[in-house]
Amino acid sequence: MEHIRTPKVENVRLADRVTSKKAVVGTLYLTATHVIFVENGPDTRKETWILHSQISTIEKQATTATGCPLLIRCKNFQILQLIIPQERDCHDVYISLIRLARPVKYEELYCFSFNPKLDKEEREQGWMLVDLGEEYKRMGLPNDYWQLSDVNRDYRVCDSYPTELYVPKSATAHIILGSSKFRSRRRFPALSYYYKDNHASICRSSQPLSGFSARCLEDEQMLQAIRKANPGSDFIYVVDTRPKLNAMANRAAGKGYENEDNYSNIKFQFIGIENIHVMRNSLQKMLEVCELKSPSMSDFLWGLENSGWLRHIKAIMDAGIFIAKAVSEEGASVLVHCSDGWDRTAQVCSVASLLLDPHYRTLKGFMVLIEKDWISFGHKFNHRYGILDGDPKEISPVIDQFIECVWQLMERFPCAFEFNERFLIHIQHHIYSCQFGNFLCNSQKERQELQIQERTYSLWAHLWKNRADYLNPLFRADHSQTQGILHLPTTPCNSMYKFWNGMYNRFEKGMQPRQSVTEYLMAVKEETQQLEEELEALEERLEKIQKVQLNHTKVKSKQNEPSKHSGFSTSDNSTANTPQDYSGNMKSFPSRSPSQGDEDSALILTQDNLKSSDPDLSANSDQESGVEDLSCRSPSGGEHAPSEDSGKDRDSDEAVFLTA
Amino acid sequence: MEFSELIRTGRAQAELLRGPEAPPLRGTLCVTSHHLLLSPGTEASPDLWLLLLRSVDSIEKRVAGDSGTITLRCKDLRVLQLDIEGVEATLDIARSIEALSSLESVITSFPFFYRPKGLRLGDAWHFHPPERYYQRVARETNAWRLSEVNEDFSLCPSYPRALIVPHSVDDQALARSAGFRQGGRFPVLSYHHARNGTALLRSSQPLTGPQKRRCAEDEELLRAVLVGARPGARGFIIDTRSAQAAKQARMTGGGTEAKAAYPGWKRLHRPLERGRPLQESFVRLVEACGDLEQSMDRWLSRLEGCRWLAHVKEALSTACLAAQGMEREGACILVHGAEGTDSTLLVTSLAQLILDPLSRTMDGFQELVEREWIQAGHPFQLRCAHSAFSHARPKHEAPTFLLFLDCVWQLGRQFPLSLEFGEGLLLALFEHAYASPFGSFLCNSEKERGLCEVRTRTHSLWSGLNQPKEQRKLRNPLYALNPLAIWPSVEPQSLRLWQGLFLRWTRPPEPSETAWEKVWQIVTDSEKTEGSA
Repeated sequence: MEHIRTPKVENVRLADRVTSKKAVVGTLYLTATHVIFVENGPDTRKETWILHSQISTIEKQATTATGCPLLIRCKNFQILQLIIPQERDCHDVYISLIRLARPVKYEELYCFSFNPKLDKEEREQGWMLVDLGEEYKRMGLPNDYWQLSDVNRDYRVCDSYPTELYVPKSATAHIILGSSKFRSRRRFPALSYYYKDNHASICRSSQPLSGFSARCLEDEQMLQAIRKANPGSDFIYVVDTRPKLNAMANRAAGKGYENEDNYSNIKFQFIGIENIHVMRNSLQKMLEVCELKSPSMSDFLWGLENSGWLRHIKAIMDAGIFIAKAVSEEGASVLVHCSDGWDRTAQVCSVASLLLDPHYRTLKGFMVLIEKDWISFGHKFNHRYGILDGDPKEISPVIDQFIECVWQLMERFPCAFEFNERFLIHIQHHIYSCQFGNFLCNSQKERQELQIQERTYSLWAHLWKNRADYLNPLFRADHSQTQGILHLPTTPCNSMYKFWNGMYNRFEKGMQPRQSVTEYLMAVKEETQQLEEELEALEERLEKIQKVQLNHTKVKSKQNEPSKHSGFSTSDNSTANTPQDYSGNMKSFPSRSPSQGDEDSALILTQDNLKSSDPDLSANSDQESGVEDLSCRSPSGGEHAPSEDSGKDRDSDEAVFLTA
Repeated sequence: MEFSELIRTGRAQAELLRGPEAPPLRGTLCVTSHHLLLSPGTEASPDLWLLLLRSVDSIEKRVAGDSGTITLRCKDLRVLQLDIEGVEATLDIARSIEALSSLESVITSFPFFYRPKGLRLGDAWHFHPPERYYQRVARETNAWRLSEVNEDFSLCPSYPRALIVPHSVDDQALARSAGFRQGGRFPVLSYHHARNGTALLRSSQPLTGPQKRRCAEDEELLRAVLVGARPGARGFIIDTRSAQAAKQARMTGGGTEAKAAYPGWKRLHRPLERGRPLQESFVRLVEACGDLEQSMDRWLSRLEGCRWLAHVKEALSTACLAAQGMEREGACILVHGAEGTDSTLLVTSLAQLILDPLSRTMDGFQELVEREWIQAGHPFQLRCAHSAFSHARPKHEAPTFLLFLDCVWQLGRQFPLSLEFGEGLLLALFEHAYASPFGSFLCNSEKERGLCEVRTRTHSLWSGLNQPKEQRKLRNPLYALNPLAIWPSVEPQSLRLWQGLFLRWTRPPEPSETAWEKVWQIVTDSEKTEGSA
């Protein structure tokens, strides 16, 4: 490829950022799609693969005696520090990556060259896995109050909306058109979720172009129509997810929010979620905290608080909770908007839907939810996640925040979700990876023009195929707590919001729990199932054998067979569950559940040809990082913060211990 | 009985509120010598609600009109509200609770009256005798022996009768060494790391004083430890005070080992919080967790201000350092602070948990608590006299043992398959350390327990906990023996607030309980299938 100045650099060192352990030496390769680092191990040649589209920033640091350091930060929160011996090579790699990480055409993206060896039919089926038409049917639509509208056929009214939309039956084309002209980017109110238990609905739109006094009869009629579509309630909530100040400032630009006097029977409510710029900076600040070397507890907690990140997550959750309660408890419909109605609105609608409907807490349902509230309603994936080179001010972790909200709920309700944390992490990874076509472009229209479905593969099919890896063993579909609405306590619970170590530090394996309950339980469940099947088969066989009246001894010997396969006696566990072998070369980390063997096999997507781009495999496979060098990382001591001691002997003691 | 004088009123009608999620209880309230009872009317559930008066940490009363409200804040961090009919009744009940919950006499405390069905007195006191561990070490090595030098507690009042010391050091030398250590706590074995023969020891500070006194027998004792481990072995003394604090202690007769006097030993300082600052940290954390009104903006900085998680991090780091010194450097470790009864025990017990797979079993962990906390002379009565709600000026209170439990919980979170016990056991130990119907945590030392006849007149906690009906709450169904050391991450990102304890009563427990049930179900299903296969 023309952008690669140097395809291969030898004797590159990959530094371990967290522990001050020695860097590993290897060879760096640049390909059209990946940066690959191959360790020069005597027997194991560990590989680290990074997709170009994952690269967020590349920083060339001051040259030192040992070489020229290059810091690569990734959108999936991996950080790589490479030390390249020659300044010239480093520069070449730097220039190449700068270009490679910022494609200017969609055709440069990995999904157009990625080929999982599926035939055309399989690919097409993959795209059909998530079907929004089916989803609206599942909600109970169309019905007496809601109908499918073709007003946006060929994207005639709104180019960022899908063509198929549900609107109140009483909303005529005239009303819709009129309303769309009174809304930013013509994103008129349309249905996001219909709660069939009580006919209440969640609708979404952009802000009205009300300025200081403008009115629009059709828009007022549109809201009226939404209210009428819910005979159980005599008002609707209009939720503006922006801080009031922001909404008011918009009025000066001829935009703004609904005036309660002009619309009959609405209850207007502000919910202050900050804009994309605040969120971008907040994430940046939090990641800086994550990057601190051996921070003290105070450094960490202060940094986390100052980043404001958890406060923003809570604001989004609170908005979702408010809407879910309005719908389920008050039986009132809600119209949600922010400015353009494609960021905060998407977050809040999907959180509320997730709280209301257990279907969205299943694997399939969650894919549908993202497809519906994010992909189809024109969330600007391309701009927000910097897929093509563009305005850095458009970039913001909007869907990342939604994904984190789901994780926070999973922590709170361990049995309510069919999927596990890894599912969320892999979705986050693939939003940025551009390995699949789902998250390209800014709207349905653009994707259609680009013929995404004909030219790329769908992530949903890929995840579905490997769904065994994403199941939550604790899921209890039948339990009263997990059926219906997820009830959050009425008291504000700040301590519920936790730092998501598994996401933001997920490549620092040493900071993660060394044993996984999920893995273990999945293995146990699988084993149980296998045994049950074998038992069943054997019983059948026994029956047959008894019928034919074979001799008894033969039956017995067969019966003993399965016990050999059961790998769950404690003695087996004891060795397989080993987290670390500290006795010798400090390798073999991290621990795995017994059935997973000695490889990371359970963590990776199983298909071989996908390996290179798999989120977990692309991780720095340096497994030694699990060994803590505590002597220099204990809070009060080590070389970083020597405690005050006037006695000379003490310093030398420290040195002895550290070098020992 | 003297209690009756303290009970001002027999009974009253009351309504009990038990936090935001539990339904209120209505019935007849009754104060007895050791309990507060609420018996609901017959139409409601027939269950009697019972609260050990000893577990009340603070009491607040308010009267308005012809009724009153009593708020009880308990040592297990529960907050209860009683709405009582009648002003007089309210005041009387409040006074009775106040008087009965603060009785200081040990031998009139409830454990001396507690006679549960199915348990026989004196049954479980032999469950975890430290002698058994000491005998094993002595048998397996030739370097250690059991000594009866403290049989009558004359050498060291806070040590138990049985002690384990280097084989080559005679009782006379021990007596000299005891004289050179605060409170007579001379260096004794805490844990023998069989894998490489290294030893973990604990003691109190040496009494060097401003003149930098030395004690030949004390020096000899530590030299013998190194010789016993292996020729040329080295040792590290981990002082849990800052170097400056250790130096200052000389002015009051204490001090720290001079380098020249102990060849082969190097000294490291790892200051750990103790005493009142630690208690205040606990109080602030509980306050922050109970404050439901505060905004998200302030939560993390408030958590930071409590410093509790910083203490967790420091304790774990220091324990890891000690464990690392033994496992990876092949060195012997001596841990001490000043008295050697608090942060010292925190470090030695955590280090064992990291290194020793046996101490991570249900039995092994109970044995560890018995040997390294109860028998080792952690003054439970003084430290756990009050919990986080008391308005009384703290005197000797400090949640060192709670800090230990929190660190164990952090280990369990990072190694969820490696501890045979679950959060339930840690919560139970916390509760019982502060207020218990059992006698295990009474008094400050074995000597005192002997004087009070605790062993013959009360039940042991271990017999209570080891009843079959308790097992599902206390055990970790995911446990599988892990023969290796478990090295936790001590990065702040890896440590978490122990919600199960600090938010136990403010958040609804169902989701986590449902999860726990499911875990048990998966594991038992698998066992069943395996059994039938």
